[in-house]
Amino acid sequence: MTLLVVDGLAKRFGGLQAVKDLSFTVGEGAVVGLIGPNGAGKTTVFGLISGFIAPDAGEVRFRDRSIVGARPHQICALGLARTFQIVRPFPRLTVLRNVMVGALARHPRRADAEAHAQAVLAEVGLATKAAQPAGGLTLADRKRLELARALATEPALLLLDEVMAGLNAIETERIVELVRAINARGIAVLLIEHVMRAVMSLSQRIVVINYGERIAEGSPQTVANDPRVIEAYLGEAYAGAPPG
Amino acid sequence: MAVGLTLIFGVMRVVNFAHGDMMVWGMYLAFVFATKAGVDPYVSFPLCAAALFVLGVVVQRGLVDRIVDAPHEMQILLMLGVALVLENAALLVFGPEPARVRSALTRETVWLGPLFIDVARLVTFGVAVLLTGLLSLFLFRTSIGRTIRAAADNTYGARVIGVDVRRVYAVAFGVGAACVGAAGALTAPIVPFQPTYGLTASVASFNIVIIGGMGSLLGAFLGGLLVSVAESLGAVFLRPSLKELVSFSLLIVILLFRPAGLFGRRAG
Amino acid sequence: MKALGAAVVAVAVLVVLPAFPAVLSSYAVSILTLIFFYGFLGQAWNLVGGYAGQLSAGHAAFVGVGAYTAAVLFERFGITPWLGMFVGGALAAALGGVIGYLGFRFGLRGFYFVLLTVAFAEVCRIVASNTDAVGGALGFYITFTGNPRHFQFQDPRAHYYIALALMLVATGVAWLVERHRFGIYLGAIREDETAAEALGVDIFRYKLYAMVLSSFLTGIGGTFYAFYLLSLQPGSVFGIPLSVEIIIRPIVGGAGTLLGPILGSFILTPLGEVSRAWFGQGGYHGAHLIVYGALLIGVVLFLPQGAYPYLARLFRRAQ
Repeated sequence: MTLLVVDGLAKRFGGLQAVKDLSFTVGEGAVVGLIGPNGAGKTTVFGLISGFIAPDAGEVRFRDRSIVGARPHQICALGLARTFQIVRPFPRLTVLRNVMVGALARHPRRADAEAHAQAVLAEVGLATKAAQPAGGLTLADRKRLELARALATEPALLLLDEVMAGLNAIETERIVELVRAINARGIAVLLIEHVMRAVMSLSQRIVVINYGERIAEGSPQTVANDPRVIEAYLGEAYAGAPPG
Repeated sequence: MAVGLTLIFGVMRVVNFAHGDMMVWGMYLAFVFATKAGVDPYVSFPLCAAALFVLGVVVQRGLVDRIVDAPHEMQILLMLGVALVLENAALLVFGPEPARVRSALTRETVWLGPLFIDVARLVTFGVAVLLTGLLSLFLFRTSIGRTIRAAADNTYGARVIGVDVRRVYAVAFGVGAACVGAAGALTAPIVPFQPTYGLTASVASFNIVIIGGMGSLLGAFLGGLLVSVAESLGAVFLRPSLKELVSFSLLIVILLFRPAGLFGRRAG
Repeated sequence: MKALGAAVVAVAVLVVLPAFPAVLSSYAVSILTLIFFYGFLGQAWNLVGGYAGQLSAGHAAFVGVGAYTAAVLFERFGITPWLGMFVGGALAAALGGVIGYLGFRFGLRGFYFVLLTVAFAEVCRIVASNTDAVGGALGFYITFTGNPRHFQFQDPRAHYYIALALMLVATGVAWLVERHRFGIYLGAIREDETAAEALGVDIFRYKLYAMVLSSFLTGIGGTFYAFYLLSLQPGSVFGIPLSVEIIIRPIVGGAGTLLGPILGSFILTPLGEVSRAWFGQGGYHGAHLIVYGALLIGVVLFLPQGAYPYLARLFRRAQ
């Protein structure tokens, strides 16, 4: 079953067309990567899908119902959760409380939410830090927390926005494993990433956008060899190397 | 003729964009009112301005600077605290009785076409316009002025190109305080004042800035005119004591529908 | 350790506090009454200003609405304030709902929201000053009957107990809020509204709930205020000085904590009285606010979370 359908999405900010006629789908349990050079509009797409930005045109359908115009918290309730590119922990709340905020979406009673949050923290590897204020965590741990919070809302589709940015090789590898494990549980993942190794190894399919438009789509192999993709990232000089 | 009076408040609020959410210029106003003793305000207002400039820089460096990165509520509370201190210090030093300052011009009136106008108010109005003009020259033509505007627009960017942001803030705060100082001195001959007036003045000035638009000099100027005209009209058509109602209602409406004000852009 | 702390609190609340009036001077009793009353108002404010992080500097409006409603209902219609209290609270809650709806629906945050609340409070003040039916600028007076059914008492100790009860009720409400989803969501909203929304929190609804609950309780406090003083002046009961009195206690004591407002009231009320006496000679009415101002500055610079969290940390470290 197709979980998410994005069709003809468009958004303009003043003079800038951030997203133009974008269409792609995410199937149940799939892992789809969304890549493109900086400023290509990827985070805007997340904002459009998750209800933080209203599209100028186009459709977004989740589980076969239109979610355009729905508020972010309603979209979360439907089973679509997102993380933010620049992590946004609740700094003065403990790690456990942070995750409980997410857990309460499905477990309104505090005791249940707390138990569920503990479980998620264990899965993500933050169980030992449950009582610490979130503001004091390292970047890697904050990224995990961001992931844990979204996970606690028990989504069917998880939108991960550059969750590996700023991490070293070991931390990145750990997060890749974590995302794989989450996906193995049946949760679909749409991820924006710049760390190519991670995206290539995780994604079953990749959508490449540049200047807000889709320029390529396919398996990691196909996309990596697509001249248009190479051109977008490295410039025309490399795509069609001039003589001499 | 409340136009002249409220226009001053427009001048007063002008430099706020360096700090968006800071409060309490009116407190400086109250303070300065009380300070004027002996010298005709129309002569002394540059001095008031200078004194307040110093105070502004001191406050900025000593207090505000420390919490520049703190959540906004903290900044609001800090300025509220400063407001309380200043207002009540004035109360203690000068007493609660309303004071009036006599100027050589106070009693003079003049015929201007069909209208019978207070010279004092006229001069105040004129000087205010002049000051506003000077201020805009400062902000748009001098390099310091441009730096202030740059820092207001994009703090991070300004830092990157080597601007000493803290110093810029201090200057901006100081200039704003100076404006208020001048405003205070200029208004002193027109209105009886007492320390508790400070809060009213603060609120009035916020009214004007919000309505005219934070961050816009033109907005503050026009906002001042607009608010005073509206208030005067309100005083004429409704009961005089209700004129504040007009400006508050206007404030609520603008807050809801165009918080950027009529001319401004959202600061920060 | 926690059990001991809870036991101490329980003893204080159940035994010591009620026993005070029997052993203390009437001056002390009246100070304590004020401490409890402002503790109540502060705790009510804490719900929206502390827990939810929506700074309202116009809470006096709710006190005023509650006060005038109960007073007018009693003086003009003979309705007992015990009932009028709830009508006043309901009206205050309605006003809170309007302000909250307008403010939150239009996305006003931080400074802009503060201004909105102040504007509404001032509008209330001006309207009351100009409405002769409620006494206009001169104020509204309640005839003294001393009859408990009229929420008036011959014995000042009655006020003591009522104020104490109010404070405990408000604290109980805050405790319940803290323990349930409502409170956790409010904390999330205070920290980061956008992140909270992404996690399924309906930020508009919860902020509105907090505002309505807070204003309802504050409105009830207004009735107490009215029948304690027996006279209402628009300037005092809707004015910014009262709003400052309301918010400074929880802020100094610790906004967003359960005991913060209470601690704050214990610190500030006596301080206020002393400075009022000291500065008040010669008619410098209100000058004690200078102390408040200095305290606010100090708290923001050195103890941004308030006195209670700081003390709690010290206590924990000492173990």
